[in-house]
Amino acid sequence: MELLLDSLFNGVAIGSVLLVAALGLAIVFGLMGVINLAHGELMMLGAYTTYVTQLIFKLPILKSFYNSYIIVSIFLAFIVSGVVGILLEKTIIRKLYGSPLETLLATWGVSLILQQFVRSVPLAYGTGLVISLIIGLLLPTTFPSKIKESINFKYFKFSSWIIAALTGVLTGNIISSSVSKLSRASARNVDVTAPSWMRGQVEIIGTAFPKTRLMIIVITVISVIAITLFLNQSAWGMRIRAVTQNRQMSDCLGISTEKVDIITFGIGSGLAGVAGVAVSLLGSVGPNVGGNYIVGCFMVVVLGGVGNLLGTVLASFGIGIMTDLIGAGRLLSIWPDMPLPLSNTINFFATTSMARVMIFALIVIFLQFKPTGLFPQKGRMVEN
Amino acid sequence: MRISRRIMAGLATASLAVTATSCGGGGTSESFDDTVTVGILHSLSGTMAISESTLVDTEKMAIEEINAAGGVKVGGKSYKIEYIVEDGASDWPTFAEKSKKLIDQDGVPVVFGGWTSASRKAMLPVYESKDAFLYYPIQYEAQECSNNIFYTGATPNQQSEPATDFMYKRSPAAGGDFFLVGSDYVFPRTSNTITKAQVAQLGGKVVGEDYLPLGNTEVAPIISKIKKALPEGGIIINTLNGDQNVAFFKQIQDAGITPSSGYYVMNYSIAEEEISTIGPEFLEGHYGAWNYMMSIDTPASKKFAASFKKRWGADRVVADPQESAYNMVYLWKQAVEDAGTFDDNAVREALVGQKFDAPQGPVEVMPNHHLSQTVRIGEINAEGGFTILEETGVVLPQAWNQKHPSSKGFACDWTDPSKGEKYKL
Repeated sequence: MELLLDSLFNGVAIGSVLLVAALGLAIVFGLMGVINLAHGELMMLGAYTTYVTQLIFKLPILKSFYNSYIIVSIFLAFIVSGVVGILLEKTIIRKLYGSPLETLLATWGVSLILQQFVRSVPLAYGTGLVISLIIGLLLPTTFPSKIKESINFKYFKFSSWIIAALTGVLTGNIISSSVSKLSRASARNVDVTAPSWMRGQVEIIGTAFPKTRLMIIVITVISVIAITLFLNQSAWGMRIRAVTQNRQMSDCLGISTEKVDIITFGIGSGLAGVAGVAVSLLGSVGPNVGGNYIVGCFMVVVLGGVGNLLGTVLASFGIGIMTDLIGAGRLLSIWPDMPLPLSNTINFFATTSMARVMIFALIVIFLQFKPTGLFPQKGRMVEN
Repeated sequence: MRISRRIMAGLATASLAVTATSCGGGGTSESFDDTVTVGILHSLSGTMAISESTLVDTEKMAIEEINAAGGVKVGGKSYKIEYIVEDGASDWPTFAEKSKKLIDQDGVPVVFGGWTSASRKAMLPVYESKDAFLYYPIQYEAQECSNNIFYTGATPNQQSEPATDFMYKRSPAAGGDFFLVGSDYVFPRTSNTITKAQVAQLGGKVVGEDYLPLGNTEVAPIISKIKKALPEGGIIINTLNGDQNVAFFKQIQDAGITPSSGYYVMNYSIAEEEISTIGPEFLEGHYGAWNYMMSIDTPASKKFAASFKKRWGADRVVADPQESAYNMVYLWKQAVEDAGTFDDNAVREALVGQKFDAPQGPVEVMPNHHLSQTVRIGEINAEGGFTILEETGVVLPQAWNQKHPSSKGFACDWTDPSKGEKYKL
């Protein structure tokens, strides 16, 4: 029983890391069909946001709230990655809809740019730049509709970018002068330390579970529930689903597909940022942190069936549980006196490297029989 | 900062070169009769740049020190050392390519370079075919002995063997079972083969081993294996690489695998530089084994650390690989002076038997092109350094490991033409 619980927890823990990382991609790639190779770098931005937030919360004014920085950073990471994602959509991806190969190349280029950006720009100024972007993109949308409709709106828009730039430079300088660690560029990996209440273990039914893992599971569950509710209950969610199923018809019915694209991409990117917070709790934060997850993300989305969230959820937990079963050699402890040839085979695959090989092999075999994944999407889009 | 410093250094060398040519050898270099240009070849970009750039800094510092003390004296003339820095870009074929460039185009008499075994293996054929000389400063898995490479890092019997011995006999987990964790490439696998043979000789038991593919940070399956194999605590030998250590130590601490619950990790790839990245709060109470540790309390060691901080910034640290890099520049200088020429073959002969008072203590070049070194076992403390627990006497290097089944009974000796790379003892 304890063994089963332990195994199940491990499987769910591994799966939830995969799921939280793949959730944003399930929306961007699954719903919009955009192959975004910069998804991993949006995660990286989320992880760096956590790091910056942590350092800012160490300042004397915020010191008393230090323990809650991780909660704050989840929201900040969502906004930062979401805004960078929106910018990416507005400037590059929008022009490339319908040409997957060019999108693939362009987003790969963006991923390299973002990686080099965090290596060679001091994080304080990086933060300033992101703040300018957030203000510049969001300020015009807060204007009353009277101004928005006026003929001079472009001047208002322009002036709001000036305000944004000034605020960005100011915050960049403030952060750089108050947190010395952020004032220099460094290619070195940095470290996010979980607050003390999140370290160590918690005992549930006689088994000890690491708290950070539980936290990641909680983040994942909340993200999945929130995104499901948003897609199925809200008006914008309905529009997104409509555009996904039939873009031209939705356009004809008066849905602004352009806006839907921005919102969908923004949410997908924002979720990548949340994933960044989660992975920063497990390992170190560096320019390559996202690249390590990108293959796994695509694997989960393809296996689950493109365009289906439930498929993504099941696929990630499936892979998580399989990784634990194979990689930790659990089958041997469940069935200790199995025949020798079989136990030798299982032992051979019971290493992390070989478990990976095995899982990829299983996925390839599975996709031979069900090329569209666990839950293929039915509807017009598929027939096209 | 890192980059701007590099640009500055580049500018500085460039301007130096300009003044040197424009003044026709006069001006700044008037106290020298001539110059000699050496090659420095490490990764300055890509994943290895973080580690390898510290070696470039150290080698530059050693060269500057030698120049300040009057340069290299050959045949009654004093030579100023100049250097060409090439970027291996963390890409192994690039290392071979740049080696060719340094040897053929720049005509350097010696190249200081490399970090990963993969880069060394890529460069080896180049140096052997051109009969040039590479100085390689990193602790590695050995099982190699080239006539054209000089290895100043530790071989396994100068690091992992004394460490395993310590863990099994004298650590708080003495007599316990072993679990081996490493990244999935040649160094951890070779090192662990040797450790397994040694543990068997000592009468201990290796209850499990696992390798994490490079770049993978999911250690949950490894943790469950460790807990299953060592339910009451034990000895973990860790040869993980770089960032994977962060994931490993964060997650094992959360899973309750800590010194206070009886689990002691011995690390072969964590030096002062890595401790500050990972965070001492995750590492305190675990162990490391090196030839040089910054906390060595001798004048030579303190001077080395102080001059490095003075040259590159007060927040910088020195570690074992840097000390090896520092030693090799000095050993090359001594050998050249003894040989009385920069010619490779004469320098190679003069090199064997060279002694140097290194920051770690005295070292000597052995006939197998490796160094005799002192081995230290340290416990990682809360300040991010090592508390040195044990110090061996001088340990002779084994290019062919005597515990590894494939090389047992073999040795290497380049001073005797009948013996060479690999002969039976």
